[in-house]
Amino acid sequence: MSSTRDIDALIEMMAKLPGLGPRSARRAVLHLIRKRAQLFTPLADLMHTVAASARECLNCANVGTSDICDICASEKRANGQLCVVEDVADLWAMERAGVFKGRYHVLGGTLSALDAIGPDELRIPKLVDRVTTEDITEVILALNATVDGQTTAHYIADQLEDRVTLTSLAQGVPIGGELDYLDDGTITAALNARKKL
Amino acid sequence: MSLHVASLTLSHFRSHRVARLRLDARPVAIHGANGSGKTNLIEAISLLSAGRGLRRAAAADMTRRPEALGWKLTAEVIRDGETIEVKTWSDAGAARQVRIDSKAASQLDLAERIRVLWLIPAMDRLWIEGAEGRRRFLDRAAMSLFPDHATATLAYEKAMRERNRLLKEQVRDAHWYRALERQMAESGAAVHSHRMATLDALRTAQQDATTAFPAAELSLEPIEGDLPETAEDLADALEESRFRDLAAGRTLVGPHRADLSGRYAAKDVPARDCSTGEQKALLLSLILSNARALKARIGTPPLLLLDEVAAHLDANRRAALYDEVCALGAQAWMTGTGPDLFEDLGDRAQRLLVEDEDGVSTVTVE
Ligand SMILES: Nc1ncnc2c1ncn2[C@@H]1O[C@H](COP(=O)(O)OP(=O)(O)O)[C@@H](O)[C@H]1O
Ligand SMILES: [Mg+2]
Ligand SMILES: [Zn+2]
Repeated sequence: MSSTRDIDALIEMMAKLPGLGPRSARRAVLHLIRKRAQLFTPLADLMHTVAASARECLNCANVGTSDICDICASEKRANGQLCVVEDVADLWAMERAGVFKGRYHVLGGTLSALDAIGPDELRIPKLVDRVTTEDITEVILALNATVDGQTTAHYIADQLEDRVTLTSLAQGVPIGGELDYLDDGTITAALNARKKL
Repeated sequence: MSLHVASLTLSHFRSHRVARLRLDARPVAIHGANGSGKTNLIEAISLLSAGRGLRRAAAADMTRRPEALGWKLTAEVIRDGETIEVKTWSDAGAARQVRIDSKAASQLDLAERIRVLWLIPAMDRLWIEGAEGRRRFLDRAAMSLFPDHATATLAYEKAMRERNRLLKEQVRDAHWYRALERQMAESGAAVHSHRMATLDALRTAQQDATTAFPAAELSLEPIEGDLPETAEDLADALEESRFRDLAAGRTLVGPHRADLSGRYAAKDVPARDCSTGEQKALLLSLILSNARALKARIGTPPLLLLDEVAAHLDANRRAALYDEVCALGAQAWMTGTGPDLFEDLGDRAQRLLVEDEDGVSTVTVE
């Protein structure tokens, strides 16, 4: 019936993306159609490729295109430091700041009894494993300053006490603020001024 | 040093469709028939600080019905000569938003800038009803003196809700309990110390004042057992209580198990055994002490909202209340059904008349 049905469906899909709404989705789709060769076709190809290849790193749960991500694969990053973050967006924010030279461990959330998220849902057992197998000497807890974030930090600290040095990102991380929303300078300052738990 | 609302616009707020007011720093005497919209007006003022306002209503309930389009308040508040522009609103059913000086702000930002204290008829039974109401009364006083009391309270309650869920589900992971208990201990100790400091401040403010209102002797008592004070003691108490709590399915020790006890000092009688009039006089006395304590602490008295207070005082007490409010230099918003109640104020106050016209409130400056 409508000749624009596919386009409408595309707009509807795009509008579901974070940061986009129906208005901005319509603008984006129009823009793509006008730049078919420079933008639309290469974007569609990339989406197709990445949709097939993107996966979680089996070791740290970073998102990449292979079973073991570049960071875990790099010997240079095996400096004995392990930075624990809530989700991949936090890991990427730390990488953007470019100051941290060790490896990461993505928990995939925070402990929350009310949301039925316990230690087993969070890859905490895997973290405890990695501390031994990767000769970790310092675990940096880069968790949000929310109640759930701090509960998770205390929980992990309780498990790893006596085995490694435990530190947490210093102040500068606002209460309830998420790493992903901080600028690089703030992240760098918070990492450099990290303190022992 | 002073704090006053210089202009206020209500849009679709409860019974008010639009109301625009310009005010000076003097107390505001509001009169109008029952149901005309007086309490609604001062409820709007209560939203110039943090929280759900004096009726503790959900944002969606404050939108004018039947339109239900959402509501908005705009105010210019002058604090120590500086103008603070506050906008707060709720779009159809959504959570309340705040802008201060055109920038998005949190309710905590609001709490730090504008302190509001109130006494409303619903508090008349405070001394005879459950401990929760008295704790809330004390916590409001504490928040007025220490705005980050709100942060500590929220953190404590959140961690406790988490712990209670573990208890209910009979989870046995000791690490998990310990992690939550550490946070409850830290925030709970802060809650407790703010409360104790508030009682101290109220005590001092009562002692130092010459007032026509009776002094209350206040103390914080555990509902049962102990009331741990320090973070270490609270952490120990929580760990010790775990077994008992598992059986109860909830947390039985901590600052949420405290009660505010009040005595009518001059007669040495518990507040709950006082006459209705005496109980009300005690509350009014505490609100005025709180205002004085605040003025002593930050130099600026709060906005006061006294709903239907004048009608319950005899002529002498009423005159004394007006004298004390004026001496404080507080912009007190006071309601009553007739203008005669406010006669004693003379030109020390400005007057508003609130009327109802077919379900729409109108406000006139007299
Ligand atoms: N959300 C609302 N929309 C429209 N009217 C409301 C709303 N909430 C309360 N009202 C009306 O406001 C009136 C009560 O106003 P109130 O300020 O309490 O009166 P009073 O002058 O006695 O203090 C009642 O008639 C009530 O129906
Ligand atoms: Mg009323
Ligand atoms: Zn990896």
